[in-house]
Amino acid sequence: MNAVNPKLSRRTFVVSAAAGGLALGFHLPLGGKRAARAAAPGTEVNAWIVIAPDDTVTIRVARSEMGQGTQTGLCMLVAEELDCDWSKVRPEFASTNEHIRRKRIWGSMSTGGSQGIRGSQDYVRKAGAAAREMLVAAAAARWKVPAADCTVEKGVIAHKGSGRMLRYGEVAAEAAKLDPPKDVKLREPKDWKIAGKPTARFDIPDKVMGKPVYAIDVRLPGMVYAAIKQCPVFGGKVKSFDEAAIKDKKGFIKALSLDDAAGGAVVVVADTYWHAKRALEALPVVWDDEANKKVSDETIAAFLKAGLEAADVPAARSDGDVKAELAKGGKTASADYAVPFQNHATMEPMNATAVVTADRIDVWVATQNSEASAAAAARASGMPLENIEIHKMMLGGGFGRRGGSQEPTAQVVRVAKAIGRPVQLIWSREEDMQHGRYRPVTMARMRATLGADGLPTAWWTRVSGQSIMYYFNPSMIRNGVDFHTLGGLHDMPYTVPNVLVDFAMRNTHVPSGFWRGVKSNENGFYRESFVDELAHAAGADPYQYRRKLLQGARAKRDLAVLDVVAEKAGWGKPLPPGQFHGIAVFAAYASYNAAVVEISMQGGEVKVERVVFAIDSGHVVNPDSVVAQIEGGIVWALTATMMGEITIKDGRVEQSNFHDYPMLKIDRMPKIETVLMPSGGFWGGVGEPGVSPIAPALCNAIFAATGKRIRSLPLLKHGLIKA
Amino acid sequence: MTRLNVNGRVVEVDVEPETPLLWALRDTLGLTGTKYGCGVALCGACTVHVDGAATRSCTLTVQDTEGKKITTIEGLAPDGKLTKVQEAWIAEQVPQCGYCQVGMMMAVSALLREKPRPTDADIDAAITNICRCGTYARVRKAIHRAAQA
Repeated sequence: MNAVNPKLSRRTFVVSAAAGGLALGFHLPLGGKRAARAAAPGTEVNAWIVIAPDDTVTIRVARSEMGQGTQTGLCMLVAEELDCDWSKVRPEFASTNEHIRRKRIWGSMSTGGSQGIRGSQDYVRKAGAAAREMLVAAAAARWKVPAADCTVEKGVIAHKGSGRMLRYGEVAAEAAKLDPPKDVKLREPKDWKIAGKPTARFDIPDKVMGKPVYAIDVRLPGMVYAAIKQCPVFGGKVKSFDEAAIKDKKGFIKALSLDDAAGGAVVVVADTYWHAKRALEALPVVWDDEANKKVSDETIAAFLKAGLEAADVPAARSDGDVKAELAKGGKTASADYAVPFQNHATMEPMNATAVVTADRIDVWVATQNSEASAAAAARASGMPLENIEIHKMMLGGGFGRRGGSQEPTAQVVRVAKAIGRPVQLIWSREEDMQHGRYRPVTMARMRATLGADGLPTAWWTRVSGQSIMYYFNPSMIRNGVDFHTLGGLHDMPYTVPNVLVDFAMRNTHVPSGFWRGVKSNENGFYRESFVDELAHAAGADPYQYRRKLLQGARAKRDLAVLDVVAEKAGWGKPLPPGQFHGIAVFAAYASYNAAVVEISMQGGEVKVERVVFAIDSGHVVNPDSVVAQIEGGIVWALTATMMGEITIKDGRVEQSNFHDYPMLKIDRMPKIETVLMPSGGFWGGVGEPGVSPIAPALCNAIFAATGKRIRSLPLLKHGLIKA
Repeated sequence: MTRLNVNGRVVEVDVEPETPLLWALRDTLGLTGTKYGCGVALCGACTVHVDGAATRSCTLTVQDTEGKKITTIEGLAPDGKLTKVQEAWIAEQVPQCGYCQVGMMMAVSALLREKPRPTDADIDAAITNICRCGTYARVRKAIHRAAQA
């Protein structure tokens, strides 16, 4: 039987002298040899680029790969400037430990906020360009000719006068000894040869053979398994548990509690995960969970509703005098909107594997932020960061769940330390559902007054609800206003003379977190549904109405994507009988996005027939990956809009698995047409923008079909779809 | 000891008879290509073939598979040559995170054996796997591509 054999020895912990570190000689019980960092044979020309004598170019990527294509995209950008042979490029994750030791040489290791490409494009391109210059300089020095007389084609340096040629692999060692250039010129995107072309992703061939070792697939000699149950009521602690009751269970090794400030948990360790899970299910636990036991959806809704009514809350934007304008009366509109909690439900449940020894910790984990994982391991153990390695694995989904909070890493380090053996800790799907870092719950009250031309003269948006920053980065909250929570509202592109956007922060005991398209998703629903209401109140076409509001100079890209989806979807022309459409535009993650959603009503149920989407992300590195990300973002948004809802009762989450937190499947897939229209001059994200305009475009289509305005989600609870 | 026939080889596993096949494959036999997603046969990440039929291994006990032929992703292309489903998956660049794709391809391979030219309605009825990354549009295209290969 051929067991999957993770390439554990590749990531030994010794930092080679060439890498500027010390050979620490950690002993690892991995069956691996102590060797200098052997991951990439060849010479490190700079931190990003290792070139082997056979011209293989290993490009180190600091961001995580969860299928969004950042690994391939960043390699394309490096290779573009390096001018190497693309067929010889191999990606490698940069070592987190080396990163820490080398003073964060790879920039950000965080992968979120659709930042993977746009947040690193500048320095990775410079790394490629600098290495190219050094390689050319090395060849020129060997030939004793000016570097300016040399050209490069696919990793081969040629001297114009003599016709002599050298391959990158032949000069890499000499190039590495040169001082890096202080400044480099980057290629204009219009001259790109590798970037900008549809390119097959590196990770796909292995994925179709089931070869990638996800964190949950790591198998170490002597490894045991841990199952965990956290207090169902958030923040509750373990009062007691009865280990004796389960000590005779097959495979049982140990039960322990992991109480900390965030809450309590019990863990059972056994020889297999199945044994650990079964023993845990039989473990009697008494929780100390009184503090939040009476919280429910009803109490949370009342709390947020009070925020909508509150007299004085801090404003994020105040132009003119909205309240005076609204007080004048005339044609006004007002509506309250609400969205529920949403879970990430990554397909790979939360898990992590750790080896803890006296002077070193290794963790294998699916992480969107391996530095945060290292910090969590350090906090959980007291081990210095320099003695910790985070083995970054391919992620089985991330969507924001695996960035900010790092509970599995902290938990597994504590368990491995306590029992002195390699441990893999796995959350069951039920734990994943009930202990998420949920998309925040918010409500919005929208109010506007329309002028004689039907356009709004005043627009007041009040948001009440949770702030993610309250949980993750309170310093981002200024004078009570979390601008992140109000993204797309305080900075909306519509020209309105009097605008007020204010925020009643109402945090609950249910932890919130980043979530694919978070904020653009909720705020898109609020803003783009309400502008549709205004259009109808004014008796105007929703597309033309938006056009009139998008005439400002800073709205030109919003207008361009809006026009494109309207044209491609045939807006204004007759639809097939029984079909209806809705439109929305919403910039997010520095990209400009618009969508038309076409639906039909079948026996009272909504069927989404077609989505036309346009995005201006400034530049496009791998067009096929961008299209895939938009498709994925649309599915994510449709799932949330149609059926996603986490509810709270008795202080805890009611849902537990995919039967009560259902997902969109292939039978509900609409046709998707994506238009990429990069206009240049800026770098926008692509992972999350696909989410932004979908909920409002769909709900606007439902209004067109039924006259029913959807102001709370999901559609499931309005009877508009069945589970 | 339970005797299992996995990917053309007979192996003995020392697990309780009621152990789900999924965990015997992953933890006892080291065949980690088959994934845990929900544990209650709702998501399809653990799909394997049992006597050729797509079956969710998280709720199937080891004792129920005795005498039956089990195929996992590791045995889908036994001679190292990709199947037409796998080739179509690469051509259409289907996987994103990839975690659900093994189960997805196992389900599709069984469908194509039964219905070599499936209609969209056949696909909708047979492919009930969950993909959180949202690759469904490409899954559909790749199924049709594989059917025509």
